[in-house]
Amino acid sequence: MPNMSPKKNEMPAQEANIRNQNFLEVTLGYSEEQAIDEAKRCLNCKHKPCIKGCPVQIEIPAFIQEVAQGNFEEAYQIISLSSSLPAVCGRVCPQESQCEEKCVRGIKGEPVGIGRLERFVADYHNAHVTTAPQKPQPNGHKVAVIGSGPAGLACAGDLAKKGYSVTVFEALHLAGGVLVYGIPEFRLPKSIVQKEIDTLKELGVTVETNMIIGKTVSIDELMEEYGFESVFIGSGAGLPRFMNIPGENLKGVYSANEFLTRVNLMKAYKPDSSTPIQKSSRVAVVGGGNVAMDAARCAKRLGAEVTIIYRRTEKELPARLEEVEHAMEEGIEFKFLTNPVAINGNAEGWTTSIRCEQMVLSQPDESGRAKPVRLENSEFDIEVDCVIMSIGTSPNPLIKSTTEGLDTHKWGGIVANEETGATSRKGVYAGGDAVTGAATVILAMGAGKAAAKSMDEYIHGIGE
Amino acid sequence: MYQILRKEALNPTVTLMEVMAPMIAKKAEPGQFIILRVDENGERIPLTIADFDRTKGTITIIFQIVGATTEALNHLNEGDYIHDFAGPLGRKTETEGLKRVAVVGGGVGCAIAYPVAKRLHEQGCKVDTIAGFRSQDLVILEDEFKAVSDRMFLMTDDGSAGEKGLVTDALKKLIEEGTQYDEVITIGPLIMMKFVCALTKKYDIKTTASMNPIMIDGTGMCGGCRLSVGGKTKFACVDGPDFDGHEIDFDEAIARSATYKPFERQAHTDVCNLFNMEVK
Repeated sequence: MPNMSPKKNEMPAQEANIRNQNFLEVTLGYSEEQAIDEAKRCLNCKHKPCIKGCPVQIEIPAFIQEVAQGNFEEAYQIISLSSSLPAVCGRVCPQESQCEEKCVRGIKGEPVGIGRLERFVADYHNAHVTTAPQKPQPNGHKVAVIGSGPAGLACAGDLAKKGYSVTVFEALHLAGGVLVYGIPEFRLPKSIVQKEIDTLKELGVTVETNMIIGKTVSIDELMEEYGFESVFIGSGAGLPRFMNIPGENLKGVYSANEFLTRVNLMKAYKPDSSTPIQKSSRVAVVGGGNVAMDAARCAKRLGAEVTIIYRRTEKELPARLEEVEHAMEEGIEFKFLTNPVAINGNAEGWTTSIRCEQMVLSQPDESGRAKPVRLENSEFDIEVDCVIMSIGTSPNPLIKSTTEGLDTHKWGGIVANEETGATSRKGVYAGGDAVTGAATVILAMGAGKAAAKSMDEYIHGIGE
Repeated sequence: MYQILRKEALNPTVTLMEVMAPMIAKKAEPGQFIILRVDENGERIPLTIADFDRTKGTITIIFQIVGATTEALNHLNEGDYIHDFAGPLGRKTETEGLKRVAVVGGGVGCAIAYPVAKRLHEQGCKVDTIAGFRSQDLVILEDEFKAVSDRMFLMTDDGSAGEKGLVTDALKKLIEEGTQYDEVITIGPLIMMKFVCALTKKYDIKTTASMNPIMIDGTGMCGGCRLSVGGKTKFACVDGPDFDGHEIDFDEAIARSATYKPFERQAHTDVCNLFNMEVK
């Protein structure tokens, strides 16, 4: 009998006023009982709309049925056929606009908590199953993956499972890409990312850190001198964007990437860290995406009063619903329909306030969203000593500028076939933010998986 | 892990290290930099490549002990390992086609000026080097510069070595004597570069300044190294570190570079105390 409750099982979480002072994980995950009860809400409907909403096409109803019967490891095996990072995706995917958006139960009530179940299954597996995965039979082919973020890891995982000798090249000192420098510990514990990377290593994947492809070694050298038959570029988003408003280079103005890298990758939130971070009392975060929420919630945990400044309304916020809710619960203030026009500073060059103007929404623009337009004579100042710009990124020029014949779009992204990941260079594939501009972890993973399939076909002379 | 093959104290606060890093040595060019972390929990800091040897596979770094990381680095010895060492980063200094150049270095910045002067010299360019220091005990690379320069002018603030005066005094004199430079390349403290650029602007001589702002990843991700150049935001790690000195907003760069001064001072004291305790 399905559980016909209109509401999802709530996920236990740390109390908002306690968690906003620590970096421990916010949500605590389902218990076995809660997971089974939630799984029973799935109607196991014939047309499985949820799968269509999943960028990597996990057999969602099948894994949920296993959970409903208490077969958690079986459920894990079903998920891992499609996803190499379930513990990550269960935590950071925007489920409400993917699988859960399509769930039939969502028509009258809340959809099945697919993301929470995925997380439960992955955590159960990680806690209970310690046997190393079986190493695949080597197939004698050598491939390279540039970047160890979600796109690269997904691509490496799929290729390793097919028996390829895979080397992942990472520019930073630690593998994981945005999962370690961008997404904070309280949303995605680093131990979980490490566990996923360890699993890949057990499959035989080599990870080379401190290797800046395009600088230390070029793509041409990887293929010609080092014998990699095919290369996947998953080098991520790139340069942070700024608004080009006066005062943006004052002391106390960060890009979200810099702020998050200091806090997460370099552990500046720990008192004994050797990486400095400004001790701010009032912080403004400009932007409304997941990165903005992450930056705001980190700043809050470092002890500041935080305001998120967003030029549209709550309805248009691009961040995951759960992150917005969590941020609000944690006491972060939101100023909607507000747009910065300048940052003011004192004589020593420190930020003192951010000047904003009021916006109103007008007709939809080319993005399909209502366009914010400025309201005349509506300027006002918010007193802050730190501003974090979180308005997106533009592609990194490093690989483009050092790889002959690699076509890029006018805006800098690598040109790659949407389905295969093929670039203008034979044997070179690309995916993730380097191709699409900043998007989500799961879309990057989907692109990595698609490229892995194409690379396999390319090396075996199929297609092309 | 990257082994230190040679360590030499150039003066009480400036140390040279030759580090085994064959892949970086193969690619390194004058003007580029590396990012290192001394140990597992260390901070990432950029340091300019002072020299490289492609045959031996080594990179030479020269650093001034100012903060906790450089202090900790200085406590490593020959045979020890640096945990992370990544590069070469940034664009190389453009030296092609130059016939007569003044290389103006200040303090530990001379470590960066040296490979540039050397490259220019190798290309048959006439090089006048002006190297400035506070006093005699801080002088570095004097003989090295002499070997690659047509003329070498050593300046000290107190006159304890070379001539008493600022690098700009020497440069001004050379220009006014009628030396025609294709370009002036300057590397050193921001305030020095600011005045060098102000001087050359008066004489309308193309000037390149090598910037060394706050930086974390060095690959164009964090945006910490941004500068205003010609009114536009540029990133030193991917667009630089060399920029047109007449276009740089030095005042802004000077302010930004001081962001973590109090933190650095405190961290340096802490690390020193830690090492002192170990010694006891």
